[in-house]
Amino acid sequence: MPSLQKVIDAIDMIDKQHLDIRTITMGISLLDCASEDAGRCCEKIYDKICHKAENLVKTGESIEREFGIPIVNKRISVTPMALVAGSCQTEDYVPFALTMDKAAKACGVNFIGGFSALVQKGFTTGDEKLLRAIPQALAQTDIVCSSVNVGSTKAGINMDAVARMGKIIKETAHLTREQDGLGCAKLVVFCNAVEDNPFMAGAFHGVGEAECVVSVGVSGPGVVHHALQFCKGEKFDVVAETIKRTAFQITRMGQMVVAEAARRLDTEFGIVDLSLAPTPAIGDSVARILEEMGLAVCGTHGTTAALAMLNDAVKKGGVMASGHVGGLSGAFIPVSEDEGMIAAALDGTLTIDKLEAMTCVCSVGLDMIAVPGDTTADTISAIIADEAAIGMVNSKTTAVRIIPVEGKTVGDMVEMGGLLGSAPVMPVHSASSADFIARGGRIPAPLQSLKN
Amino acid sequence: MKAIVSIVGKDQVGIIANVCSELAACNINILEISQKIMDGFFTMMLVTDLSGCDKPLDEVSDRLQTCTEGKQLSVRIQREDMFDAMYKL
Repeated sequence: MPSLQKVIDAIDMIDKQHLDIRTITMGISLLDCASEDAGRCCEKIYDKICHKAENLVKTGESIEREFGIPIVNKRISVTPMALVAGSCQTEDYVPFALTMDKAAKACGVNFIGGFSALVQKGFTTGDEKLLRAIPQALAQTDIVCSSVNVGSTKAGINMDAVARMGKIIKETAHLTREQDGLGCAKLVVFCNAVEDNPFMAGAFHGVGEAECVVSVGVSGPGVVHHALQFCKGEKFDVVAETIKRTAFQITRMGQMVVAEAARRLDTEFGIVDLSLAPTPAIGDSVARILEEMGLAVCGTHGTTAALAMLNDAVKKGGVMASGHVGGLSGAFIPVSEDEGMIAAALDGTLTIDKLEAMTCVCSVGLDMIAVPGDTTADTISAIIADEAAIGMVNSKTTAVRIIPVEGKTVGDMVEMGGLLGSAPVMPVHSASSADFIARGGRIPAPLQSLKN
Repeated sequence: MKAIVSIVGKDQVGIIANVCSELAACNINILEISQKIMDGFFTMMLVTDLSGCDKPLDEVSDRLQTCTEGKQLSVRIQREDMFDAMYKL
């Protein structure tokens, strides 16, 4: 039986240090919904999502109450829509996004991911149509998330897709300009996308996955930050050990919740994603963990090393605690969703260039970054290309979720609302990358030996 | 199924009596009690056995909230599994 002190410590983690299960995500295969008739395909998609996820929210809420651990988000991910809709005789894929939106709302979840295409090596006809539909799909729906995989270590980088994504992001920002380009917050461009990511906006249900699985994403930057406050002046060995121990506890909670949810929903247990996911709330920030290690402001020299150690220690602690670890698993650094990152960006210490360096050693990439509205599509494509190159060469997932906010310039604030937070508009380099992006074609896959 | 009832808040007369009566009314057996004053706050943990209780955990939780209402106390009942998961390998 746990001691009184341990019970009180666990309750403090939840009440005061923002420990929670960030998301419980049901992945649903829609491969059997394919049909030549687009209307029939939409009907099948709607019925299948509603049938499979009917009890997801209710189950999540009852686990929350019984175990006393908040489950902040309940979400759905589906098979990349370009694959499902590929057989339909239609040019317009927006209705598929509208169907996803309607089904997700009927189930009561707060996001659905999978309006996606995997184009790392080239485009199928379905991929082409899906990419064309992304701006309108994101403008016409509320909770649909979209992602496009433009590169991988095995395939290289599809630079035609990179060029297209710059334009698509600009168009999405324009269509959702009344909400400060909110559509772009629901659009991720990946390299080495994973098939079992439970976190939005990049979640989709990969083709190698089972019919229906439940996965969770844990969170707990506040808990790690709190634990490190007792390690002031200690060597990094002690810091790493403390993070591992804390990550273990956080992950065990996630493991217990996902196993219970899978049992109650009669679905397969997917994975636990070990990511440290921040929120805009005070005391729930990854940046503040890095600062607790001895950096005056996140983004200054030493930040990359601090983040590398944090990311590695979280994985080491978490792997031991869960039967199946997967997803993105690492520390997230979304600027607008992290109170400490916002402060560091406002201070001018945290720049896009430093964030890019940080993405070499942590989970995902340039995330939730607002840039001036006059940033060109070519520049956005070049930012995507840089990030994809980091992922491709280092055999890791990288991503870009960037918001060119129309009418705003460096120093202005952008309010996304809720968990998406707020972000200062950050400067980008003004020198052109247009001729580089105009080349198109593919950057060949990198050599995976002769590593020195 | 076992559950942990935890109570933290302002020390006052009758906290244990109140909570235990409510648990008895739900036919919940108390297996272990530990209590002390931590940082000036009344802090108590009860390990309980719910096998004789025919009410859902939600309802028990609501009843515990009601019986301590307005007394500056935080009361919760959680399945023991959660604490086991966090502290046991």
